[in-house]
Amino acid sequence: MIPVLAQSAQPFFRWSYLIDEWDQIQAALLQHLQLTVLSVAAGLVLSAMLAATALRYRWTTTPITSFTGILYTLPSVALFALLAPVFGTQAVATAVIPLTMFTLLILVTNIIAGFQSVPGPVKDAANGMGLTPTARVLTVELPLASPLILAGIRIATVSTIGLVTVAGIIGQGGLGRLIFDGLNRRFDTPTIIGAVFSILLALLMDALLLAASRAATPWTRRARA
Amino acid sequence: MEESYTTAIRLHGVTKQFDGASAPAVDALDLEVPAGSIVALIGPSGCGKTTTLRMINRLIEPTSGRIEINGVDALEQPAVELRRDIGYVIQQVGLFPHRTIAQNIATVPRTLGWDNDRIRERTAGLVELVGLDHAMLDRYPDELSGGQQQRVGVARALAADPPVLLMDEPFGAVDPIVRGSLQNELMDLQQQVHKTIVLVTHDIDEALKLADRIALMNVGGVLEQFASPDELLRDPANEFVERFVGEDRVMKRLQLATVADLPFHQGPVVAASATPVEAREVMRASGSAWVGLTDRGAFLGWVHGPDVHDDGPLTDAPRSLPAAQVGRDSTLRRAMEIIMTSRTSVAVVDDGGRFGGVITLEQIRAGLDQGPEVIAA
Repeated sequence: MIPVLAQSAQPFFRWSYLIDEWDQIQAALLQHLQLTVLSVAAGLVLSAMLAATALRYRWTTTPITSFTGILYTLPSVALFALLAPVFGTQAVATAVIPLTMFTLLILVTNIIAGFQSVPGPVKDAANGMGLTPTARVLTVELPLASPLILAGIRIATVSTIGLVTVAGIIGQGGLGRLIFDGLNRRFDTPTIIGAVFSILLALLMDALLLAASRAATPWTRRARA
Repeated sequence: MEESYTTAIRLHGVTKQFDGASAPAVDALDLEVPAGSIVALIGPSGCGKTTTLRMINRLIEPTSGRIEINGVDALEQPAVELRRDIGYVIQQVGLFPHRTIAQNIATVPRTLGWDNDRIRERTAGLVELVGLDHAMLDRYPDELSGGQQQRVGVARALAADPPVLLMDEPFGAVDPIVRGSLQNELMDLQQQVHKTIVLVTHDIDEALKLADRIALMNVGGVLEQFASPDELLRDPANEFVERFVGEDRVMKRLQLATVADLPFHQGPVVAASATPVEAREVMRASGSAWVGLTDRGAFLGWVHGPDVHDDGPLTDAPRSLPAAQVGRDSTLRRAMEIIMTSRTSVAVVDDGGRFGGVITLEQIRAGLDQGPEVIAA
């Protein structure tokens, strides 16, 4: 047994670290955000293509959702570890590829559900009024699918923020790196900073995305009195 | 080309065979919709009435046959362009939930590239035409009641002033009271806009009320009869039509016809200033036990024969007033109801505040008697 609790000669949290290492903390925060945005953006592009295929060719829906479901079950640590020898531990791809893969399930599912939630009569009316298929999809179906799509983006973003910390084991992972650094050195302060900042980041992004999606879908909040 | 002025929509041998179906949904259908009239497509489920409607704006492509709209072959032009010239109203309305009422109504004009001023003007006019408040324009569809939504649906369909309007069970999703008023509004609206309207319904009373002509279809898209409402009731082509329109055909005809359709006469009526001798003469000549008194166009009431005395003016006799009067636009069904509850067995016609005459059961019977079998039925 390693006497972890025994060696508490140092204080639980050293405030001076926040000031002394601020550059490093800021860089970690920025990298955390970059990895998150990059992964969700790449996931969104891929998911849009997969969902479009699933919606267009019905028989592909089950294979596509099963595939993204299997990707989601893969252990994240194992994936980072597997890709590290391929691309190198410092390559962005090593972190972003697994993170992107994990966003696909939620994004594909919500994009499909979003478009399927568009009422049949609305599409019928759009066709009956002479909208072209492109105009119908872009100006009618996409806006009506957007509440579910935006909800998917929110969940994907928040869970990616959590997963980015795991990428700390390969030396990336933004705030995750602070966490692992602290754990390795048996020094609590960076661990606590990494943990608290990643939690705050997740909560902040969640609130921002919620506000943005509410602003983008004003009709969902007004109903008959 | 002269024909195109009278026939707005012409279906010739139109057939729809869906993939995998053993029989066609619509089978070699010929149908002519006169310009400016309302034609109702009606029949049991599976008769292909909705399929027929949706082939006119090519939401369903016919397997074979020709469809002409105002003299132009509908199958020759691009479907999206064809549809912009045809208003389309459906039961579930299908308003765009993410667009305001104004934006919904502006859908086709915007697609056609109208400028903002023209769109705003048109939208405001349409909202009034369908009887909605201007305050509705900035609301979202979910903030409106079902009846209001359906009015917006009609306004949206009329936005670019298309000559043709297709309506698929437009009032099927609202409660009976709202349905009745929407039907009346459609008839008033049609008086102003004179569209060629094809209307799908499963409600024979709605068809009888709204349509100028009714196409009664049978399972498999077979046209059983294409006739005016009165003709359909008076002279059903076969047993299927007879069963579909129902047993109370006479009552339905009475519901369709109005007092103005009858040559009602003055009846046993004299001026209040007439002598008792004159009054008795009128009663004898008409075989009536009652005589009506009028004074400068107003109906004063009925006097019973035995109450007419020689020793005083007619106005001294006790009078009984009719419980209710009918107007020229009252239905014959209403007139009959009044006759049934009247002690004198006649309905008094109120012609815009003046005495217009009386209606008897005999006159109603004679009016119906353009097809003898109806009376026998």
